[in-house]
Amino acid sequence: MNTDLAGNQQIIEITYLIASVLFILSLKWMSSPATAQRGVRAGEIGMVLAIAGTLLHHGIVDYKWIAIALVLGTGIGIPLGMVHMTAVPQRTALSHAFGAFCVTLVGTAEFYLRTPDVPRFMMAVLSMEVILGSLTFTGSLMAAGKLQEILPQRPLTYKGQNFVNLSLLAASVVIAGYLVVHPGARQLFPVMIVVPLLFGVLMIVPIGGADMPTVISLLNSYAGLSAAAMGFVVDSKLLIIAGALDGSSGLILSIIMSKAMNRSFTNVLFGAFGQVQPSAVAGLEEKTVRSATPEEAAGILAAANKVVIVPGYGMAVAQAQHKVRELYDALTKRGVDVRFAIHPVAGRMPGHMNVLLAEADIPYDRLIEMDDINGDFPQTDVALVIGANDVTNPAARTDTGSPIFGMPILDVDKARTVMVIKRSMSPGFAGIDNPLYYLDKTLMLFGDAKAFVNSIVHELTASTH
Amino acid sequence: MGSALINGLFVFMLAAFIGFEVIRRVSPLLHTPLMSLTNALDAIAVVGAIVLVGEHKSTLSFVFGFLAVIAATSNVVGGFLITDRMLKMFKSSRPTKP
Repeated sequence: MNTDLAGNQQIIEITYLIASVLFILSLKWMSSPATAQRGVRAGEIGMVLAIAGTLLHHGIVDYKWIAIALVLGTGIGIPLGMVHMTAVPQRTALSHAFGAFCVTLVGTAEFYLRTPDVPRFMMAVLSMEVILGSLTFTGSLMAAGKLQEILPQRPLTYKGQNFVNLSLLAASVVIAGYLVVHPGARQLFPVMIVVPLLFGVLMIVPIGGADMPTVISLLNSYAGLSAAAMGFVVDSKLLIIAGALDGSSGLILSIIMSKAMNRSFTNVLFGAFGQVQPSAVAGLEEKTVRSATPEEAAGILAAANKVVIVPGYGMAVAQAQHKVRELYDALTKRGVDVRFAIHPVAGRMPGHMNVLLAEADIPYDRLIEMDDINGDFPQTDVALVIGANDVTNPAARTDTGSPIFGMPILDVDKARTVMVIKRSMSPGFAGIDNPLYYLDKTLMLFGDAKAFVNSIVHELTASTH
Repeated sequence: MGSALINGLFVFMLAAFIGFEVIRRVSPLLHTPLMSLTNALDAIAVVGAIVLVGEHKSTLSFVFGFLAVIAATSNVVGGFLITDRMLKMFKSSRPTKP
């Protein structure tokens, strides 16, 4: 190697080092909304530096096709960056699929360039890279399909499902083990891709819509780990670091999500939650509920000092968040203290509800996490539930027979008055009846969330003028 | 096991610890933008793909690398773009923030 090449190599390594620092700072600045935008800038600069540094690589002879690919990727990326906020979960799942696709392709190309001279440890990480990459690719596509409602959201189960899935996973590991010992077995390599591809599809089939926040976080973690494995294969410390950061981020989010549902990973992956349980609904038909009109609801809200609004995904589906913002404005103008209680699994991915409310211009310091607001419900005059169900179900605290027993909930039943906007008395996504609706202090507001909130806002603003 | 691989393991171990400590402190408010940001950063895999395309060692590595660059670039661009859009929406009710 002459001195010129060595110099280039050093410049590349230095750009990677700076990029690594910027990536870590980028995530550090995500700790608060005040510094988060700076975090994005840092990430962008790191990325540009690293790509520019890579272009100095001495082996690169062909720049034209690199440029074409970068332009094409940008062309796909821009529309994916402009999707509506309700579509962010499926966009995220799709980007996990793209990331995994990239990693799998590079792993495959590297294998065929190196075989049969692949050291054992290298072959082991390469196998991990393509196995994780392939299963994340199809798994994320399935998750995106379910979130986009192209595929049925209900879990599909059949007898022996877990056995089939685990066998496929075991088969890929066995193939990987064989390749580690015999890295010249080129014809076996495609099998190690196809089997996890199939596993990825079958893994997501039995998972219901309510578990999507956990699943999307797990897939995030897998995508990160496969990228870190690729870092070992192509000997890039920057990629190892980025993959490790992404993998630990996904893992932390998965842990938060599964704790918020009181379920273990194995239970999420193999438990097929979200199946309708008709037995839970029967026998409750006799109970009576009290309902109220928009005028009555407006009167109660206007007389309150402290109001907590509990939004669920139903609010976003009804596109009611902008009307909720008007309600927030109308009440705040009257001197009512209005806050929002956010359950960790509200929405379709971690933090989704915060983004939807921020989009409607609701200040983020009004969005309070479950643990911070639960103690305040006894001093709350009105808890207004919009499009949320299971996360307010007091049976999770008291009824040991309930399928959601033990799941942390928002203690709305401790507020002085509870109002629930709901289309009808039909049970929620998990098919579990909610005793909250039959309490004496609960008023049911039957109707479409957007239209009902609009009527309340109308009453509130009409009476001030 | 080469020393490059051992070094890689050290880097991975340290980065995973930093990741845990840093990401634990991310406000739950920002978990969605966090995921889109880490996704964009993860697309740094594009550097491996760029080298495959540029070196053009075999037809397979060239074609796979080309597709991989497209996929990763779309994650870089889309990921940063949507993270930025989301973060711009987060506003405080306190007037102190510029």
